[in-house]
Amino acid sequence: MTAAADEVVRVRADEWRATAERLRAEGFDFLQNLTAVDWIKDERIELVYHLWSYARRAGCVVKIDVPRAQPEAPSVASVWRAADWYEREQFDLLGVVFAGHPDLRRILMPDDWPGHPMRKDYVEATSYRGMPTTRANTLELLPIWDKSRGETKPDGAK
Amino acid sequence: MGELILANETTGEEMVLNMGPQHPSTHGVIRFVIKTDGEIMREAVPDVGYLHRAIEHIAEKCTYEGFMPYTDRVDYVCAMPANHAWALAVEKLAGLEVPERAEYLRVITDELNRISSHCVALGAMAMDIGAITPFTYILREREYVNELLEMICGARLTYNYHRIGGVGWDMPAGWRDKVLAWCDHFAPVMDEFDRLITNNALFVARLANLAVIGAAEAIDFGLVGPNLRASGVDFDVRRDVPYSIYPKLRFEVPVGRGIVGTVGDAWDRYWVRAQEWRQSVAMVRQCLEQIDATEPEFWRAPKKLKPVGDAMARVEAARGDMSCYVVGDGGANAYRARFRTGSFNAMAIIREKSRGLMVADLVALIASLDVVAPEIDR
Repeated sequence: MTAAADEVVRVRADEWRATAERLRAEGFDFLQNLTAVDWIKDERIELVYHLWSYARRAGCVVKIDVPRAQPEAPSVASVWRAADWYEREQFDLLGVVFAGHPDLRRILMPDDWPGHPMRKDYVEATSYRGMPTTRANTLELLPIWDKSRGETKPDGAK
Repeated sequence: MGELILANETTGEEMVLNMGPQHPSTHGVIRFVIKTDGEIMREAVPDVGYLHRAIEHIAEKCTYEGFMPYTDRVDYVCAMPANHAWALAVEKLAGLEVPERAEYLRVITDELNRISSHCVALGAMAMDIGAITPFTYILREREYVNELLEMICGARLTYNYHRIGGVGWDMPAGWRDKVLAWCDHFAPVMDEFDRLITNNALFVARLANLAVIGAAEAIDFGLVGPNLRASGVDFDVRRDVPYSIYPKLRFEVPVGRGIVGTVGDAWDRYWVRAQEWRQSVAMVRQCLEQIDATEPEFWRAPKKLKPVGDAMARVEAARGDMSCYVVGDGGANAYRARFRTGSFNAMAIIREKSRGLMVADLVALIASLDVVAPEIDR
């Protein structure tokens, strides 16, 4: 048993700031969620904003496409303060630049981390600050380990 | 004493202090950079990410069913609603039906977990203020809940109990009576806890009028759950965006009233959680009464799960609106999964709310917002 699906609106990136202000004025006071989806085959990144109005008890979904090569959208951190950290997170993980954000820094990954890990073509560097990011299977360190057995398999798999 | 410290306020010297990431009262691995002038903080800047485990990224690497155990790790203090959010989002995406019995079992386990989570939140909050005893009292109660949840799913913390299309197991024989017996046992404990700490003069003096968050500000920063309701916003996902069998249950939504101070102060955030205990116990009782009328089926496992499209599911977790947004592209794995969590927003408001607070009250502010580090970082 779930509530009816929210209305979905597609907005162009350059119109987003004005649209956001209008939606806020119309009562959508809660920026519930911000997700960036990397559609690598279509060469675009889709920004999905979930809005909610406490007065109307209704939601609204805004979707914005930005080019994957140069993903940039206007920041709405001054419209909903919740957007401040949301935008930092999507910048950190997918590299979307939110123009006009007051403090667009990485939030989850270290400041000097290379690349944006949630991009579909992201390849992790083999080391970070001299620390390896992968390690050998500890079983392979056992003297009796038979290398010809190859990869370890889950229990019960033959 | 307060006046003496305040008299030192205008030294004009700013000191930068580091707090965390390994600090016993930051509720996990969280770091603050605190700028203080004497005992008064200019601001506390949160630095998060130390517990980032890339859970959303893992969701893209394993199947829809296979991701379920990872959702436990989104918020390990209250893992059941995260299970529920993931199951609900995928079911919505794939258009799956869930047996009614499973819905009841999901709600019973959600609410039991909410009780145990609030036990940690309130006990730890009292301890952060300096009252050690309530923590030991209430952790004993949490132990009982852990035992009950262990009986139904075999795990005490990371349950992996909900499934896409139902739940993993039915209740074991005699479980219902044990839960009801515990509910009877817990009712006087809540009153005892109120006598012990809720209305304790020192506790009230520390928390009343501390770090007041107004309704508009709470909404603007995206606060959810008990933090939002403490600020006077009468909203609960269970009632206002109903899911599962919550429409069949009678319960009230406690909202902050500023009984000892101002609406939205730290004491209100404590009080709302203490009231939610009572509501959750009432919900568990109602579910156990109603569950007998359901068919025995508890899991309708989907045969082929390769959905296309996107879906959003909102669940009221212990730390508020935990939403899961999932995008499918026709593969066996999710194309993108996103968890929005209450602690993330609660953490973001600390910088704003810390201005002008005493250093010792920062700990009270963090505790009153009930932030849990893994839920911030995911």
